[in-house]
Amino acid sequence: MSGAEIGLALSVFLACAVEAVEALTIVLAVGATRSWSSALSGVGAATLALAAIVAALGGALTALPIDVLRVLVGGLLLIFGLQWLRKAILRSAGLKAKHDELETFREETEAARAAGARHSGFDGYAFTVSCKGVLLEGLEVVFIVLTFGASQHRVPLAAAAAGLAVLLVIVAGVMARAPLARVPENAMKLAVGVMLSSFGMFWGAEGAGASWPGNDAALLVIIPGVLVAANAMAWALRRVTGPASTGQSVPGERADQATASA
Amino acid sequence: MKRVNGFFLGAWEFVVGDDWRTAIGVVLALALTALLAQAAVSDWWVMPLAVLGLLALSIRRAARGAWRSHASLPISPPDQ
Repeated sequence: MSGAEIGLALSVFLACAVEAVEALTIVLAVGATRSWSSALSGVGAATLALAAIVAALGGALTALPIDVLRVLVGGLLLIFGLQWLRKAILRSAGLKAKHDELETFREETEAARAAGARHSGFDGYAFTVSCKGVLLEGLEVVFIVLTFGASQHRVPLAAAAAGLAVLLVIVAGVMARAPLARVPENAMKLAVGVMLSSFGMFWGAEGAGASWPGNDAALLVIIPGVLVAANAMAWALRRVTGPASTGQSVPGERADQATASA
Repeated sequence: MKRVNGFFLGAWEFVVGDDWRTAIGVVLALALTALLAQAAVSDWWVMPLAVLGLLALSIRRAARGAWRSHASLPISPPDQ
């Protein structure tokens, strides 16, 4: 496996694991409160829809000429990755609330209880909420699988990395029987933002006709460079906001307070 | 027609998010890279510089927005 392929698999794995943790919280909440069978039916329906999108768009994307594909995919990945990075930096500085799976679980559980009486048999609420949750979280993963996979012509590798991440999260969720609150989601999101932005920059420039010094080896400088720059920006922002602002973060975020270790 | 508009609006929201200036900056940086590449001038440095600049500006805008909406914070933006 080449360095770019390892980067592809790692990026997709991390992004998918983060989204799967968030989707798992929603499914656990509606499943435990309402109906497991209906919640799992919703998961199945959303998974089928996501797989269909990957199958349909994956083939279409890989049919594009490589330079067109790379400039298109690179640009999209970069725009998308910069969003992830910006949010991660703002969370690190306490200017944006961090994800707290226990809090989300509590909110979803309350909403499920407040949704009215449960009828025996199929529960439309549990089906809809879990289907929508998995679909929305999964769309970001599909986007990353398609863009990373297509630009390397390795959609199956990207899909396998995504599948492995989902499997691990499901196993961990079944074993814990609770939301995975100790997963360092925010640090993982910073790492995903760094990878998306780095690969987006690399492929976008190549697609536009640029030649990187050292070709693929340039990624060994680009990825750490983006990580250092993001951490420097987070550090500078924390110095301006001061320790008081970090107190706004919601509970359960201590595990990944130090984004510098991402 | 309404559905088509809704689809494109959703796709825009999904990819670009709430900072369209960064998206425009990325497109302009790619265009400049392509122009330099066609002119056979050194071109690889455009994207790293653009990414650093766009990220810093985007964070600055977002931080200012957060400061405005969090009046309880003990400090105000460094320069108004």
